[in-house]
Amino acid sequence: MPVVIKDGNFVEDQFIANGGGFTSLGKFGQDSFEATSDLVGLDVPNDTDPADLAGFIDHVDAIRIPFPTYADGRGFSIARALRQMGFKGLLRAHGAILADQYPMALRVGFDEIEVPAEHAGRQPQSQWRESMGRVNDNYQDRVMSPTQPKPSAA
Amino acid sequence: MYLYNEFDDKFVRARVNQFRGQVEKRLDGSLTEDEFKPLRLMNGLYLQLHAYMLRVAIPYGTLDSAKMRQLAFIADKWDKGYGHFTTRQNIQYNWPKLKDVPEILDALADVGMHAIQTSGNCIRNVTSDHFAGAAADEIEDPRPTSELLRQWSTDHPEFQFLPRKFKIAVTGSPNDRAVTKAHDIGIRMIRNDAGEAGYEIIVGGGLGRSPFVGKVVREFLPREDLLPYLEAILQVYNLSGRRDNKYKARIKILVHETGIEEIKVAVEKNFLTQKKYFQAPSDALVSAIEDYFIPPKLIDEDVKGLEEAMLKNPALRSFVDTNIEEHRVPEYAIVSISLKPIGGTPGDATSEQMRLIADLAEKYSHDEIRISHEQNLILPHVHKSDIPALYDELKTLGLATANIGLVSDIIACPGMDYCALATARSIPIAQEISTRFNELKLEHEIGKIKIKISGCINACGHHHVGHIGILGLDKAGIENYQITLGGDGTQNMTIGERAGPGFSAEELMPALERLIAAYLDIRENDDETFLNTYRRLGQAPFKAALYPETADA
Repeated sequence: MPVVIKDGNFVEDQFIANGGGFTSLGKFGQDSFEATSDLVGLDVPNDTDPADLAGFIDHVDAIRIPFPTYADGRGFSIARALRQMGFKGLLRAHGAILADQYPMALRVGFDEIEVPAEHAGRQPQSQWRESMGRVNDNYQDRVMSPTQPKPSAA
Repeated sequence: MYLYNEFDDKFVRARVNQFRGQVEKRLDGSLTEDEFKPLRLMNGLYLQLHAYMLRVAIPYGTLDSAKMRQLAFIADKWDKGYGHFTTRQNIQYNWPKLKDVPEILDALADVGMHAIQTSGNCIRNVTSDHFAGAAADEIEDPRPTSELLRQWSTDHPEFQFLPRKFKIAVTGSPNDRAVTKAHDIGIRMIRNDAGEAGYEIIVGGGLGRSPFVGKVVREFLPREDLLPYLEAILQVYNLSGRRDNKYKARIKILVHETGIEEIKVAVEKNFLTQKKYFQAPSDALVSAIEDYFIPPKLIDEDVKGLEEAMLKNPALRSFVDTNIEEHRVPEYAIVSISLKPIGGTPGDATSEQMRLIADLAEKYSHDEIRISHEQNLILPHVHKSDIPALYDELKTLGLATANIGLVSDIIACPGMDYCALATARSIPIAQEISTRFNELKLEHEIGKIKIKISGCINACGHHHVGHIGILGLDKAGIENYQITLGGDGTQNMTIGERAGPGFSAEELMPALERLIAAYLDIRENDDETFLNTYRRLGQAPFKAALYPETADA
């Protein structure tokens, strides 16, 4: 069973428990598509141009983006682009995410992470909780914020 | 110079502690070596054939005496008493132990330094003109912009796992000493016809196995738009750059395969989105940082004693001729300290030398030191009256070599002796060249020339942009050196052209001697440099000198 990490905790897959199901982008894009679950989740391959999803984001409850290896960071940009396009639903990263990448995932707009059980076994909950503490106090908030304090030269 | 505020200090300390935790996780097995790799790389730690190597950033090449002394302290305490200054304004330590690395990083944080993002597929240490803030030809100091880029790119959540590494260079002078056209992004500070300050943005330059001259993606970017524009380039690259082949993963390949026009359209479209999210205009951020780079208070005093001292000491005259560049204040000089002693290892400095340079910076250069991509050190603000005394002190530790810009001022990668990737030796070749031309007493007659040596196709020695480039390859177990001619790393960037078949290590030096002799023979006058002669006459006469057998036939 894969493990879902939310707010730094290993939790039950609430999206599935609440009647959600994931379907592929190819299937969802067909005119004949009919939802078989109460909540619709979309599996988006990580070579998708986020702009191509513009017509879908208001019609799905969740989007899941794969990380085939931890070194493939396309998912970070897709997530950020989806949030910039106004996607308000559940955003889940899926695959080989490291605990040390958790703050990056949260900061680009992911809500939760789904990792294989073996992976979670080696990187216990404590490591995810610890790394979650690194979300705040980052440079990007400072350079993007309109209220950037003028640093005082020492 | 930029001083860490509370936020910077807290950030870097937290990062050290995080890395300490990652080292522990590696040691207790919760991280595999494969998983540990990207994390150690984000903190500048490489695993070489026999040992770890730690690469420390020297952002935009600026140091003060306190930082330099700390680098010396680290070399003594955790390494073998020396460090190697690289072509990317970094210093490398070749022998740290994994368990000591968190402590070394703590020692760096004590002086506002770090090794963050000096490796890995992220935005690397931002480099800049090593004469920034001092050069007579400068439009504007590029360091405040560079420092803003350091902040923006540090731990950027979206761009830590790019298709490949990403290098940005900034220049504030029309004479490009930062090789901006050979970077993933090159930034030139310019003014438009209305006199407004802005940036020219160049994208897709690079050396390596497929060299490309960077192309202009935006001719004039208003200063307020810098960060959202770069954010747009990076997002386009992260989503579209190739990931199927690491040798085709740099943005230069994306630009080459997609075409600059199409890239331009994608970036401009993305930029409109990013602009909404950057609520602070970049120019305001830069001006806030400018407070840290207020020029030192120079002394208004006439130059005394330098002419007399040069009359008495021809060696000093020769040093002044080669190692001094024009300062924006005429009574001052920019003094380069060569880390290329005849027959030595380019870029190496002992802890003793580092301490001396720190002392001299305090005494003579308003406590400022710079590192150049040509692997030399610079004292940027020296009053000309102080040059004789400075020269005498440099001499005590072999730091007064008068060869900046000359045939022995060679850029060389570490080569097969120190690098797991190299296929041929490069440092011994550099040593042989400098020793030989020194014996021939030809160095000053030859004048300005840039020889650059890479020990493999990855081109860390920048051979593509050497007036004479040397590329060491392995041909069936035998080292073979290819020569390229006419390369140029300035604002007129040109990729050197291969002259012909390679030479064995034994044949190389005689071939170079023939090449130089031909140049001296055919140049119009003493002032025509090697590069200009090459540009005037083309490859033929040089080829004839390199391959006399073919020419006779």
